[in-house]
Amino acid sequence: MLVNNGLVYLIALPLFGSALLLLAGRRADKWGHLFATAMSAMSFVLGAVQFYEMLGRDAENRAVTQKLFTWISVGSFNVDAGLLLDQLSICFVLLITGVGTLIHIYSIAYMDHDKDRRRFFAYLNLFIAAMLLLVMGDSYLNLYVGWEGVGLASYLLIGFWNQKPAYATASKKAFIANRVGDMGLSFAIMIAFATMGTVSFKGVKEAAEGSSQGALTAIGLMLLLAATGKSAQFPLQAWLGDAMAGPTPVSALIHAATMVTAGVYLITRSNFIFDAAPTAQLLVVIVGAITLLFGAIIGTAKDDIKKALAASTMSQIGYMVLATGLGPVGYAFAIMHLLTHGFFKAGMFLGAGSVMHGTGDEVNMRKFGGIRHFMPITFATFGLGYLAILGVPPFAGFYSKDKIIETAFYSGGIKGILIGSIALFGAALTAFYMTRVMILTFAGTPRYDINNPPHESSFLMLLPMGILAIGSVASGFLLARGEALVHWLEPLFHAHEGHGPEILPPVVISLMALGVVIIGASFAWFKYGRGPIADTAPTNVSIFTRIARRDLLQDDFNESVFMRPGQALTRLLVKTDDVVVDGAVRGVASATLGSGAALRTSQTGFVRSYAALIVIGAIALIAAIWAVTL
Amino acid sequence: MTEFISPTLSYSLLSPILVVFAGAIIGVLIEAFASKSIRPIAQVSVSIGTLVLALVQVWRIRNSSSTTAAMGSVIIDGPGLLLQGTILVISIIAIFLIADTENFAAAAAAIPGSPEERESIARGQQVTEVFPLTLFAVAGMLIFPVSSDLITLFVALEVLSLPLYLMAGLSRRRRLLSQESALKYFLLGAFSSAFFLFGAAYLYGYSGSISFAGIREAVVGGTGNDVFLLIGMAFLSIGLLFKVGAVPFHAWSPDVYQGAPTPVTAFMAAATKVAAFGAMLRIYYTVFANAEWSWRPLLTAIAIISMVFGSLVAIAQRDVKRMLAYSSIAHAGFLLTGVIALNKAGLDASIYYLFAYGIATVGAFAVVTLVRDSAGEVTDLNRWAGLGKRSPWVATSFATFLLAFAGIPLTSGFIGKFSIFSAAYESGATAVVIAGVLSSAIAAFFYIRVIVLMFFSDPLEDATSVLIPSILTRITVLFSAVVTIFLGVFPSPLLDFISNIAIFIR
Repeated sequence: MLVNNGLVYLIALPLFGSALLLLAGRRADKWGHLFATAMSAMSFVLGAVQFYEMLGRDAENRAVTQKLFTWISVGSFNVDAGLLLDQLSICFVLLITGVGTLIHIYSIAYMDHDKDRRRFFAYLNLFIAAMLLLVMGDSYLNLYVGWEGVGLASYLLIGFWNQKPAYATASKKAFIANRVGDMGLSFAIMIAFATMGTVSFKGVKEAAEGSSQGALTAIGLMLLLAATGKSAQFPLQAWLGDAMAGPTPVSALIHAATMVTAGVYLITRSNFIFDAAPTAQLLVVIVGAITLLFGAIIGTAKDDIKKALAASTMSQIGYMVLATGLGPVGYAFAIMHLLTHGFFKAGMFLGAGSVMHGTGDEVNMRKFGGIRHFMPITFATFGLGYLAILGVPPFAGFYSKDKIIETAFYSGGIKGILIGSIALFGAALTAFYMTRVMILTFAGTPRYDINNPPHESSFLMLLPMGILAIGSVASGFLLARGEALVHWLEPLFHAHEGHGPEILPPVVISLMALGVVIIGASFAWFKYGRGPIADTAPTNVSIFTRIARRDLLQDDFNESVFMRPGQALTRLLVKTDDVVVDGAVRGVASATLGSGAALRTSQTGFVRSYAALIVIGAIALIAAIWAVTL
Repeated sequence: MTEFISPTLSYSLLSPILVVFAGAIIGVLIEAFASKSIRPIAQVSVSIGTLVLALVQVWRIRNSSSTTAAMGSVIIDGPGLLLQGTILVISIIAIFLIADTENFAAAAAAIPGSPEERESIARGQQVTEVFPLTLFAVAGMLIFPVSSDLITLFVALEVLSLPLYLMAGLSRRRRLLSQESALKYFLLGAFSSAFFLFGAAYLYGYSGSISFAGIREAVVGGTGNDVFLLIGMAFLSIGLLFKVGAVPFHAWSPDVYQGAPTPVTAFMAAATKVAAFGAMLRIYYTVFANAEWSWRPLLTAIAIISMVFGSLVAIAQRDVKRMLAYSSIAHAGFLLTGVIALNKAGLDASIYYLFAYGIATVGAFAVVTLVRDSAGEVTDLNRWAGLGKRSPWVATSFATFLLAFAGIPLTSGFIGKFSIFSAAYESGATAVVIAGVLSSAIAAFFYIRVIVLMFFSDPLEDATSVLIPSILTRITVLFSAVVTIFLGVFPSPLLDFISNIAIFIR
């Protein structure tokens, strides 16, 4: 494989920015944000150069590597810290640095009034560096470092305003849910090492062919657990809604466009494991299908604009995970949806941030209404994102989501029809809740003080929104034209295997998808578009609405099944610790003190007794030698 | 009349030692002829320059080896050079601490409490003879691990010890305690030297030779009287075990560590250990290797007792310097594990351990010099409570060193313990490994208790203040902490380097 010793600068630049901003302290307040943005932008430029060079090579020689240093070398266990930039990672690199830079620019204006803006940018740069390491590591262990790094950055940014206890709790919740998933990743690495003796992607790929089904399934399930934690998939999805406590640019970058898609990356990168472990692969499909409905249902009931978008993110990532579970044909479509989603969801989050900025940090959509008159540009960019996520042709989501639904139907048998229908139903729900968001926010009559109307955001905020809106419009077409992305990624997967029988012609499936989208959107229109909207949520609603508002009881479930028994167990352990362990320790301590008192007599401070001790020692030594040699 | 044969010396290979001796002599000349005002700066520059130059020389000859560098009385080889390098690195950072003259008596010869003492303090006198003394001690330490006959070994032992006896008595505060400890150290040191010489005489009686090669031949050939060998070996070992502070020859170390000026304690604790273990490794790995049936069980017993005793008694200590002294007794036990291993891995691990432990020790004592109140250093652990809240950087670096002593992963101490125990385990010394791991667990308790005390307890009323460190002290603490962490995260370069060149020649 080609070697390129410049890869490390992609990561080093934002890492340096982060370190400098944190170490320089208040001295960097004046220029820190600009510096961080420049680092991110330069990283993007380097990524673009790499991409351009990659385009110039033929398919076999596109991947480049760089060995940084020998990280661990213990006996037969050797791990080099190395980087790998291939067709898959470059997609992520461009997304991370590209969208990341836009969000840096947006944040300059968004965080203008925050006295800790420099710290915010330091964390953003840290995130960029860690995420790049995640997608550019050449082994699971290197990936793990980045994986933990983004977890840290996410924790720091969710709790950025940690002076509010609720926000601090939210960051802890995200951290703990992620820890559960991270354990999965560490177990996967351990199993891979124990059974294959290597943890590099290349090595595991080669070893996977000769490995036992049991080991592969175990690794696959553990990787899936890791993916569910990071990507907020069922059953570790509960943290994502609370993660919206962080500043909105963070929600856009980390909790919509990039970090939460790390699970999809992990599964796609591990395609050789999942392809060889059908049980694990089936579970991937099931997790994806459950989550896409789960998120969509929660999305229908949320009044908080950011939480509605978060639920939507969960659901859209469900689509991606579903696609990765469909085997070789699905990976490319998962990545395609990931990229288009990166554009339109980040754009919509920035739009939501813009609305919040204009209305004095209001997030309750029932307090909005008619905002399109006051913030026309925000409305336009958000609207383009809306059309994209619905999958209206020719916007981006149409190409990517349609392909996933189609592949789901073609995956064969009852399973294909079932998951195809779920994906289709999810599309209808998406249309419903997104239309609801649009109507509540931008349409209708104002439900706020009309004398103090919202104001359009500044140019620095509108610029990234505009660029992302262009992506929402065009990215799908560009990626799907002539199956560009599929061919681009082909060398990584056994994509030539093709899919199952075409039970319906593709055009019929597209029409069906479009049909359910129209039904979903119309339904939302009939429910919210015609009459006045109450500015507080109605309470006399059905049990289903109530459950959906409570996030399908995910927190109640976690609290009653894990948290309370956990707390009880902790109390029990503390008590055991007090009585049994401390009792033993106290016993040992008093025994030690007793012996300490005895031993202290040896430390009299008199030279004569020290010398006597040496003599006694010498005699004992001679006696012992005598005994040993006899 | 026999003809006089002029000795042929390989000046190049001996240059580290010669440079340090030359520096020491220049230091004496400065004491004698330079004016008082320029002495401190001149001594500090000469000392640092000398040590750095010597280190450069060690680096230059790192791949050399020779048995005839000084007419057969020293052996220059990989392990010897690695240990010399280690001693020099430790000495350089220790001399940074010694340069902070706040720790030393204004006029060492003045009787404590006398008018002369008050006068010398009022005049702002400074002790500068400590620098040449240090250099002489360093020179002795450099010879100690490369000696290849018993006479050279003994001379090196005395050259390194005598300056240390003096230096222990130079403390600025609590001078009586300091002088008492110096006298104790001297008396017991002389006592153990007698044992050492006695052992050397027996070994000569056994083999008819004072050179290591000659004794080794006798051991391999089994020609001599075994009783002489065993007695000689035992007494020689007592002299060496005294220097490293292994139980039951440890009794001096808590008193001396506590009484000596803290920079001297740092230097003594770290560098003496390296030198003494260096000599032990050479003697047991080469000279007595074929008689392992006799000494391995003994050293195993001493190692286990040292580890357990050191760890247990450290729990009961209330004084930070005494605690570190007992911790160093326990570490002597851990290091003996590497001697017992008697294989290549054990040698590599011991050298790595000595380097890592030496650096962390100097760092830890450097922190001790910083925690003060109006009456000087505060070594009462209770008054360290809450240090982390007032001086987070100082407390964090101290915590780093304690974690390294405890052998917590991501510090150099973990890699050191891990490699030394695994080497001993490979060689079949299971008992000592079990004892080592258990006493590490005990030891971790009191190290971590100090960390808890520093970070999670509220400060007492009579709070200590942390001195604003001088730039040299700051370098020492920072360097030690960085090395400690770095060696914990990236041990491979140093481990590979050691394992490539650490081969004893005979």
